[in-house]
Amino acid sequence: MSTETTPVAVVEEKKKEGLFSKKNLRVLRDPLDDTNPVTVQILGVCSALAVTVQVKPAIIMALGVTVVTAFSNLIISLIRNTIPNRIRIIVQLIVAAMLVTIVDQLLKAYMFDVSKKLSVFVGLIITNCIVMGRLEAFALAQRPWPSFLDGIGNGLGYGIILVIVAVIREVLGSGSVLGFKVVPQWLYDMGYVNNGLMMLPPAALFLIGIFIWWQRSRNRKLINAS
Amino acid sequence: MQHLINILIKTIFVENVIFAFFLGMCSFLAVSKKIKTAFGLGLAVIFVMVLTTPLNYLILRYLLFEGALGWIHPSLASVDLTFLSFILFISTIAGAVQLVEMVVEKFLTALYTSLGIFLPLITVNCSILGASLFMQEREYNFAETTAFSLGAGIGFFLAIVLLAAIRERLRYSNIPEPLQGLGIAMIVTALMGLAFLSFSGIQL
Repeated sequence: MSTETTPVAVVEEKKKEGLFSKKNLRVLRDPLDDTNPVTVQILGVCSALAVTVQVKPAIIMALGVTVVTAFSNLIISLIRNTIPNRIRIIVQLIVAAMLVTIVDQLLKAYMFDVSKKLSVFVGLIITNCIVMGRLEAFALAQRPWPSFLDGIGNGLGYGIILVIVAVIREVLGSGSVLGFKVVPQWLYDMGYVNNGLMMLPPAALFLIGIFIWWQRSRNRKLINAS
Repeated sequence: MQHLINILIKTIFVENVIFAFFLGMCSFLAVSKKIKTAFGLGLAVIFVMVLTTPLNYLILRYLLFEGALGWIHPSLASVDLTFLSFILFISTIAGAVQLVEMVVEKFLTALYTSLGIFLPLITVNCSILGASLFMQEREYNFAETTAFSLGAGIGFFLAIVLLAAIRERLRYSNIPEPLQGLGIAMIVTALMGLAFLSFSGIQL
């Protein structure tokens, strides 16, 4: 659980390393699979389930989370040496809340229909455990650039799960992807019907549960991860 | 009065925060391995929820809405600060949790030892902030807000204690290794969600 992990003091490396050195690339790539925030670290499950009825809100949500995680990691990492330890949670929340407010206002201005569909879940990015978890576990102990990459990596790892679940739910639930019909009409004429279960909240839990099962049987060292 | 009871029952059963909106799933999955700890977290959530949501309502109504600041100076009557709601809501929650933690630690030591470790966790529990945001979106009044927050808290309590009870039993069952732990917890939650869907037939 994210909030219980105390930041590990990492000895900072003195020597300069390239912007995309091997280590930094690993920071960016690992969250996509081996340390995926949703299926391995159990972070940010709340919104991953609720916004995945259709693909479009899922993509917007994933982008929002990526932006907020990356920039809050960057900001916290920049000021990490000046934050008193006792009030660090509040500082982190305020930084996240500020970024989420910006994202929310942008969505309201340019994509009002998506903003309506996401309703409270944009605001809930603030308490999305991915943001807090990565701030606690990574940004508080690392330099700004790796923190920024870590934020992007985790945001994308979250996004991948979101989009996979959303595609399955939209195809099976309403027979379309991003609003375009993919299930041909003749199939409906033969008696095929959309699966109503996929539109209901529990479907997302089933799908993520099965996804975890598949991921852990493929990569058995994850089995005791949680 | 009946209207308020309707809201209460609706938020506990029909629109349960966990099963209908997935709010607070992180701590729901992480702290549901034992009934005792789940019980403690559930109580703490009810308490903080009932404390912060009405407080946030007052802040929203008397500080942020357009025209709410008119009492300071007439020229402020056209100021609309609603866009600041996220920052103020989360500050209230973080502040309230910190305050509650200090008070409980000082005066109710027995309660603190059973709840203590969960209190800081609650700040980042999505369901608390979610309740405040739903309150804003659905434009509840003060009494409705209180009923809603109590219902949301009890709903969370009910869900987490039920899941913990099931998971204690699951420890003795023969589950495929990769599905153990998180995977089966997700699927059990989904089944419980389906069971709770049957409440949606209730006409209130």
